[in-house]
Amino acid sequence: MRQERVPIVIVVPAAIGAAFFIVPLVGLIVRSPWGDAITALTAPETLEALKLSVIASLSATAVALVLGVPLAWVYARVTFPGRDLLRALTTLPMVLPPVVGGIALLLAFGRRGLLGAWLNSTFGITFPFTTVGVVMAETFVAMPFLILTVEAGLRSMDRRYEEAARALGANRWRVFTRVTLPLIAPSLFAGSVLCWARALGEFGATITFAGNFPGVTQTMPLAVYLLLETNQEASFILSLVLLLVSLVVLVGLKDRWLGSA
Amino acid sequence: MRDRFALLVAAVLLAACGSSGGNASTSPSAASPSGTVSVFAAASLTDAFNAVGTSFEGANPGVTMKFNFAGTPTLVTQIEQGAPADVFASADTTNMDKLKGDGFTTGTWQVFARNKLEIVVAPGNPKGITGLADLAKSGVIYITEAPTVPAGKYALQALKMAGVTVTPKSLETDVKSVVSKIELGEADAGIVYSTDITAAGSKVAGVPIPDGDNVVATYPIAALKATTNAAAANAFIAYVLSAAGQAKLQSFGFLSAS
Repeated sequence: MRQERVPIVIVVPAAIGAAFFIVPLVGLIVRSPWGDAITALTAPETLEALKLSVIASLSATAVALVLGVPLAWVYARVTFPGRDLLRALTTLPMVLPPVVGGIALLLAFGRRGLLGAWLNSTFGITFPFTTVGVVMAETFVAMPFLILTVEAGLRSMDRRYEEAARALGANRWRVFTRVTLPLIAPSLFAGSVLCWARALGEFGATITFAGNFPGVTQTMPLAVYLLLETNQEASFILSLVLLLVSLVVLVGLKDRWLGSA
Repeated sequence: MRDRFALLVAAVLLAACGSSGGNASTSPSAASPSGTVSVFAAASLTDAFNAVGTSFEGANPGVTMKFNFAGTPTLVTQIEQGAPADVFASADTTNMDKLKGDGFTTGTWQVFARNKLEIVVAPGNPKGITGLADLAKSGVIYITEAPTVPAGKYALQALKMAGVTVTPKSLETDVKSVVSKIELGEADAGIVYSTDITAAGSKVAGVPIPDGDNVVATYPIAALKATTNAAAANAFIAYVLSAAGQAKLQSFGFLSAS
């Protein structure tokens, strides 16, 4: 097949567009002090932030799986009035500024929030300034990625397998766990990884809702932001780590997320 | 060929748009300042500088003031990375000296205001906080600024002088976010500047810190080397230091420069 000649009015803006994304990454790579990389990455405060980030983002992904898969199933299989509106509401954080999400979480789950005030007065439970608060902020921002990916998987799967299993006498739970979930495993995996990566990078909702304290609520992105003011080289290195993780995720999911959608 | 020409025109137009902002303001011979003055100022100056800016604009009809308020170290980073600023107003001399040492300021900086620390609590002081020692009481959620922010550094100094050891629940990135978390009721007490408590009005209350334990913050101001509008930048600095500017700052609770 003959390759069509691409007009220059397309090539030039396309090249500028690509450069717009690539130059900042190159900037990080060039300006990072590679000699100090190990020192920066193994500094106690870095390890603390890294550990907290891993724990919080994995917890957020687990919560998103438990709550998000049933929600995706409802969206894909149940028809009810207001379904589109509900889906829009539960995927809103994908486009909402995360800081706004953090404020909304404060007004709902803060010490004086709609539910938070009751939880505080009844059980003495508060979320801001706790690691649980970090997980909530990350789940809020990241779960929509899982919901939409899993819903797409459920919609595109061949439902005849489920019908066959039902006809052979399996109950609905057995069908769901033994037929449906294995069939949508690629979507579950892709949704989880996307959700995890988004949670790992969460900044705005976390600092607004959970605050910033080393070892408790200071995740990697928060540490990067604060290091920029005290130790720029370390902040460049940590930025690069977050960047590489994201890149691996996107390249790894290329087919599952973008290709087959 | 025509495509390339169109592209060239677009590029030239784009370049022209980018630079038109600075052109109007470079004439040093003008008797009265004009153009835009971009001021990077510490978050604690937000309300006071907005008011000072408005009255400076009133006195100089050709001038438009633009403010960027953030924690002082954030501003230093932005300026060092080439953000277009004409004037820098810092909440401490350390950050100003850093910018000066790195060659980003012109001339010498001048102190234009001072500010005391105060404990910020909810209206009515529900936790009955009477001084720094009470911040360490159990059941009190104390938050402060990160030690990189001048206010956070001063708060640590005050606590040290008072002999109080307390672990904050959060290290916020600037004074304004400490005040807003007290307003929202998420935290019980924080250390901020007196002016932040004045600015928040009835939404929070203040508990004074005795002079012996207090730290007086010094605010220096300087024009920046990268300014494209030195005349107006210096005029603004002169206005801040003038009797009118000082009176305005003091109406927001700042102490006089000397």
